[in-house]
Amino acid sequence: MILFKTIFASAVLLLSLVVAMYSTLIERKMAGFFQDRLGPDRAGPWGIFQPLADGIKLFFKEEFMPNTADKFLYILGPSLTMLIACLTSAVIPWGPDIVINGQTYSLQMADVNIGILYIFAIVSIGVYGIMIGGWASNNKYALLGAVRASSQMISYELAMSLSIIAIVMMTGSLSMRDIVNQQQGFNWNIWYQPLAFLIFLICAFAETNRSPFDLPECETELVGGYHTEYSSMKLGFYLFSEYINMFISGAVMATLFLGGYHFPFIDKLGLSPNAFAFVSFLVFFAKITFFGFIFMWVRWTLPRFRYDQLMRLGWKALIPLAILNVLITGVVILLNQ
Amino acid sequence: MFTNYIFYFLSALALYSGVMMLLSKKPIHSVLFLTLTFFAIGGHYILLNAQFLAIVHIIVYAGAIMVLFLFTVMLLNLNKDERSPKPVWVKGAAIIAGAMLGMVLIGVFRGYDLHLVQHPMESQIGLVKELGRILYRDYMLPFEISSILFLTAMVGAVLLGKKEQI
Repeated sequence: MILFKTIFASAVLLLSLVVAMYSTLIERKMAGFFQDRLGPDRAGPWGIFQPLADGIKLFFKEEFMPNTADKFLYILGPSLTMLIACLTSAVIPWGPDIVINGQTYSLQMADVNIGILYIFAIVSIGVYGIMIGGWASNNKYALLGAVRASSQMISYELAMSLSIIAIVMMTGSLSMRDIVNQQQGFNWNIWYQPLAFLIFLICAFAETNRSPFDLPECETELVGGYHTEYSSMKLGFYLFSEYINMFISGAVMATLFLGGYHFPFIDKLGLSPNAFAFVSFLVFFAKITFFGFIFMWVRWTLPRFRYDQLMRLGWKALIPLAILNVLITGVVILLNQ
Repeated sequence: MFTNYIFYFLSALALYSGVMMLLSKKPIHSVLFLTLTFFAIGGHYILLNAQFLAIVHIIVYAGAIMVLFLFTVMLLNLNKDERSPKPVWVKGAAIIAGAMLGMVLIGVFRGYDLHLVQHPMESQIGLVKELGRILYRDYMLPFEISSILFLTAMVGAVLLGKKEQI
C-alpha cells in the first residue's frame, strides 16, 4: 500500500510538472496562432524541445541576488510558491479504483473527508510565497507587486469559497470523492450550478494571477511585479508554479463541476476495471486540457483589468452573486425535501 | 510509534518558532515564525484526528489573519530598529505581570488531571459531521449569537475605516 502510494504520488507530481512544462510551449504556440505568427518551431519538430531548452537556459543563467535583500526569505519565497503549487493535487481523485493482483487501489492520494477545505487552505496560504519574495527583494516595485497580488488573492478567495458552498450543500459532503461520485454519467454539477461555476472560473483566473487579472506582474506599471529582482531558476520557479497552478485548478474545476472522471454512457462500454480506470483518467485529463485551453484563450484575447475594476468586480459583483447563489440553492433544497 | 515522533517533532517546532517569534529582531520574521507555530499546532490537531479543526485553524489563522498581519507589517516598514528602550517601571511591571500569569497557569494545570489521549484516531469529535451536530443541535443559540457578534465587529471595522463622516 505504501509502495503504491509512493509511486502514485511521484507519478502525479511528475505528471503535473511535465504538463506544466509543456503548457508553456502550448501557450506560446497559441499566442502565435492568435497573433498570426508561428510561435517557437526551432527546437525539434514543432518546437517540442523548446520547454527543455527554456529549462536549461533558466538553470544556467546568472544567479543574482540584490545585496540589500533578506537572504533567507529571498530564497524561501520561490521555494514556498513551488511547494504550495504541488500540494493541492493530493486530494484530487484522478480516476476510479484500479485492481492489481486482486488488491484494490484508490487513484487518490488522500481521501480526507474535508477535501474541499484542504484545497481552500492551500489556496489561502499560496499568498505567502509571493509576499515573502516580494518583500525580501527590498524593492519598491516588487513590494507593490506582492501587495497587489496578495490583496487580489485574498479578495477572490472569498468569492471562490462562497461559490463552492452551493456545491457542498447539494452534495452534503466535503470529500472530493463523494462530490465526484454524485456526478455519475452526465449528471454534472455545472448543469445545476452554472452561476457557481462561472464565479469559480473567474476566481480561478484571479487566484492563478492569470490575465485578465495579471496585475501583480503588470509590466507597464511595475516593471516585473513581485519577481522584479529574481533571476535564473528562482524566477523560473515563480513562472513555472503559475503553470502548475493552472493545471491543478483545471483539475479542481473538472472535479467539482464537470463530473471529474465521469462521462456519459460510461457503463455501456463493458470494460475491465483497469481499462475502465484508464479511460476515465483520459477523460478527466481531456477535461483538464479543456480548462487549460480556456486559460490560454482568455489570456491572449482579453485586456488587463485596472486595479479598481478588479476590486469592484471581486467585492461588489462576485461575492454578492455567490451569496445569492447559496441562498437560492438553500431554498431549492428545502423545497425539494 | 511513528506518530510519537511526529508529535515530538511538531511540539519542538511549535516551541522553537514560538520562542523565535519573541526573539527575532525583524517584525516580519516574528510574523512568519508565528505562522509556523500555527502550522505546528494544526499538525497536532491532525494527530488527534480533528481534521476539520486543523484545516479551519490553518485557513483562519495562517491563511487570513497572519496574511493581514504580514500586510500591515510590510506596509508600515517596521524594519528599522526604532524601538526605544523601555523605562525601568515598564520592565518591572512586565516581569510582575508575566510571573502572575505563570502562577495562574501552574495553578490551572496542577489541578487538572493530565492524561494521555487513548486511541486518538478513534475520536470523532473533530470531524465535520460531529462538530456540525454539536454546534447546531446542542449549542445552537450561543453559536448564532457569536456569529452576530462577528458580524457586528465586521460592520464596526468597516465604519471605522470609512473616510467620510457619517
